[in-house]
Amino acid sequence: MFKWLHPYAKSENLYRLSGKFLFWFGWLGTIGAIIGTIWGLAFTPADYQQGDSFRIIYLHVPTAMMSMSGYLGMAIAAFIGTVWQQRHADMTVIALAPVGAVYTFLALFTGAVWGKPTWGTYWVWDARLTSELILLFLYLGVIALYYAYEDKRSGARAAAILAMVGVINVPIIHYSVVWWNSLHQGATVTVFEKPKMDSSMLWPLLINIVAFGLILGALTLMRLRNDLLMKEGHRPWVKKVLEEGR
Amino acid sequence: MTVWLETMRRETLLVMRKKSDVLNPLVFYLLVISLFPLGVGPAPETLARIAPGVIWVAVLLSVMLSLERLFRDDYRDGSLEQLLLSPHVGAGLILAKILSHWLMVCVPILILSPLAALLMGVSPPALVAMMLSLLVATPALSMIGAVGSALTVGVGRSGVLLSLLILPLFIPVLIFATAAIDAAAMSLPYLGQLALLAAFSAAAITLTPFAVLAALKISVQ
Repeated sequence: MFKWLHPYAKSENLYRLSGKFLFWFGWLGTIGAIIGTIWGLAFTPADYQQGDSFRIIYLHVPTAMMSMSGYLGMAIAAFIGTVWQQRHADMTVIALAPVGAVYTFLALFTGAVWGKPTWGTYWVWDARLTSELILLFLYLGVIALYYAYEDKRSGARAAAILAMVGVINVPIIHYSVVWWNSLHQGATVTVFEKPKMDSSMLWPLLINIVAFGLILGALTLMRLRNDLLMKEGHRPWVKKVLEEGR
Repeated sequence: MTVWLETMRRETLLVMRKKSDVLNPLVFYLLVISLFPLGVGPAPETLARIAPGVIWVAVLLSVMLSLERLFRDDYRDGSLEQLLLSPHVGAGLILAKILSHWLMVCVPILILSPLAALLMGVSPPALVAMMLSLLVATPALSMIGAVGSALTVGVGRSGVLLSLLILPLFIPVLIFATAAIDAAAMSLPYLGQLALLAAFSAAAITLTPFAVLAALKISVQ
């Protein structure tokens, strides 16, 4: 497998490969998010209890799921970067962190907007909300640590270590609903059980979850490609890429 | 083993030569606690209700304050570099260093805590739970904090950055520790929370020395 992966340790090859991925991630993600959101907001039946206010689930659940998956992905990239000394994996950590932080913020924001009509308050100090807030702080810590270093190479490696240490928090978020008895409802969509939601409501949600994940990937790749060009600006391949204009 | 003991001896000696490093966090600890009766009013019922949280937050803050120093002096005078170059370097040596931090910072806090509990009017059963929770959970604080300290040692003016890195990681400890004390105050069993705290400490002691070592190598290079 490593024989097959090694060519991509070269920045130029990585740039070209990520360009191909970016095309598919970007377009599929955008189209999926448009379809899923319009379907969810306009064409699903209203909830018998919450009325129309439940529709924010089509933004809340995808951003919340992807904020956690994003952190996990960041930790995996950090692990690869630390164990196999892959410079590009460390760069991916830094490319992913701000995107994940924005997703986490969006999950908190949509959650607060949803909480007002259903729970009657924007914020409660419930375990799951608090854990999501901690996740935001963890993302911010990774970003802040990276920018604190003069030498960006060391900064990326330090941020990778912090990302791996912080990953302990992701299972705590996930199981907090089970551990503490909380106001937040349990998971609606699980892999192994029958979903507790009608399929007319479920399909747009699933589409949006996948689409938001693809958009997360696309934004990360855009940042990674930008970072590659900035860091290797003196290399001939960058000049060639810029002259080609793509 | 001798290297281990020698490291511990050196750390202890260093702290003894510069006593303010031990005393300042302790003064800070008592000061933070004495601010709360002034802030929320001196009614004994209120104070007893918020006491576990206040005392634990004060512990977190004073441990964090002391952590900035953990590797800083060694980094400045170059002995950290020598330590990393020595043939004995490994997670064990790092563990000895952090353990001496625990002995010199967390144990004095532990000894002062009954006084803090007295100031806040904590009931005797809650006091026992508080001491037990401090005893089993403070090693986790030292260990996790050491990671943050090692990551920021090469960065000048690291105080605020350090708090951003490690306070979120302290939160699970805070939640379970205060849950244990609250349970004890209502005379409910609290061994479960203590067991979880001990599990945090055990996991931190086994895993974080490796992260600290990797972080130090990045900071020193």
